[in-house]
Amino acid sequence: MTTRAERIANYTILIVFSLLALAPIVGLLLTALRPADSVGVGFVFPRSLHFHNFVDAWHTGDFGTGLRSSAIIAVAVVAIATVLSILGGYGLGTMRFRGDSVVFAAFLIGLIMPFEATIIPLYYDLRRVQLTGGYWGVILPSAALSVAFGTFWMRAFFLATPRSLLEAARIDGASSLRILVSVLLPFARPAVLTMMVLTFMWTWNDFLLSLVMLPDPSVQTAPLKLALFQGRYVTDITGLAAGALIVALPVIVVYAFLQRHFIRGVLSGAVKG
Amino acid sequence: MLPAFGLYAVFALAPLGHAAWLSLFRWDGVTPAVWNGLGNYRDLLADPLVRTAFEHSLVLILFFSVMPVAVGLLLAATLSRTALRGLTGFRAVLFLPQVIPTVALAVTWRWIFAPDGPLNQILRAVGLGSLARPWLGDFGWALPSVGIVGSWVMYGLCMVLFIAGVQKIPQGLYDAARVDGAGPVREFFAITLPGLRNELVVALVLTLISALRNFDLVYVMTKGGPGTSSDVPALEVYVRAFEYGAVGSAAAIGTALALVIFAVTFVLTRLGERRAA
Repeated sequence: MTTRAERIANYTILIVFSLLALAPIVGLLLTALRPADSVGVGFVFPRSLHFHNFVDAWHTGDFGTGLRSSAIIAVAVVAIATVLSILGGYGLGTMRFRGDSVVFAAFLIGLIMPFEATIIPLYYDLRRVQLTGGYWGVILPSAALSVAFGTFWMRAFFLATPRSLLEAARIDGASSLRILVSVLLPFARPAVLTMMVLTFMWTWNDFLLSLVMLPDPSVQTAPLKLALFQGRYVTDITGLAAGALIVALPVIVVYAFLQRHFIRGVLSGAVKG
Repeated sequence: MLPAFGLYAVFALAPLGHAAWLSLFRWDGVTPAVWNGLGNYRDLLADPLVRTAFEHSLVLILFFSVMPVAVGLLLAATLSRTALRGLTGFRAVLFLPQVIPTVALAVTWRWIFAPDGPLNQILRAVGLGSLARPWLGDFGWALPSVGIVGSWVMYGLCMVLFIAGVQKIPQGLYDAARVDGAGPVREFFAITLPGLRNELVVALVLTLISALRNFDLVYVMTKGGPGTSSDVPALEVYVRAFEYGAVGSAAAIGTALALVIFAVTFVLTRLGERRAA
């Protein structure tokens, strides 16, 4: 029943909106490659490519340090949150215990809780135990909120696995931990990967928490470095463009390989904590 | 099970409770806090700055939530009438703004809105130079400019969500409607919209929360300025707590913001469930 005109119209819509999504990013890339002192519309292809802008921005913006901090924090958060979420989701999804519904309800709050609401006590409490100013000040709160989502996510997965599978394993005398590791986890690979990808993205893109917790330049994360760079060199457009791309690149690379997981996770209603 | 909940309780639940507790005190972060009861909240209600900030949130909701959802629905409805190939590729591109760090997006859009940035240059090139202005430095335009960025980030998400949802609607329903002589409009309200109920709730929750809690974008693009013309609640929390030392007042705004977010999410998910029943 589809007419040719309808099909053309549909593809036109898709293409126009896709271009609209890409345009600012392409403009940014072209700007990052133009001569440092030139002014102009970003959508004109520069006559010569100035990859040197990236090197300059790397040094002035101290992005090497930023990327290292971001990587350390992201790896730690993903590792902690993944292990704890699997255990938590396993407990909530397969076992009955007193107060399990209360625990579950408490986790639900974490799904939508914004850092904006907890940042003040986090700062003062962590300062008292001297955890601000270092990686742990960002890692622990980030991991905690990611665990709320992760537990929720893994619980849903474990609830969907057939109970007969669990009972069969239990009759064979397998311990709870053994059932988890050798029976359930092999099936859970895609779900776990989606969870890890989302946790990575949220942690990498976080700004407020690092802004408050990391005043020391030697541990600041990449997005924070970018914001500070922008504050200091507002007019250095090429440098800023290069810096923005450096900061965004790791997430874009992961996205390029695992975009199915990003999209599936976010569409499931996962709200960044 | 226990370690997960332990970490979560200590670093997420406890601070939330502590924030609510702090909001009952008058405290500058250094000297001992003084009990203030609900005084901070009374002050907030009377504080024009706070009211402005929350009003700005409403404006942002229009840009972050209402417009992308409307556009997404309209396009999904149009696209629902045909089978499409190459959808994965489009999906990946449309979704891209979601994954890029907000700070990088803010830097990009600051450049686009700059006095001699691409937006003004395009306007001048097509003979609309009189409309060119320093968008982010303009009292009337700073907030809508930030809002436009939100629309840009969110419309792809809504489109991807709704297109996925539309494909789950049985084609038979559409065929039946067409046999009955339903036009595109009838078809949209009778089949597409009810079929997308779940996706609609997810889209509204995601976009409303990001509109309400928006901090990164405003902080990097305008810092709430010029004046207070693009101030938002999350920025007030930060500025009061960490720049003015009005910790109690900041905690009260943060708690109020969290309550609004919880309430909005609760109402939306309930609405979704009720209509499903």
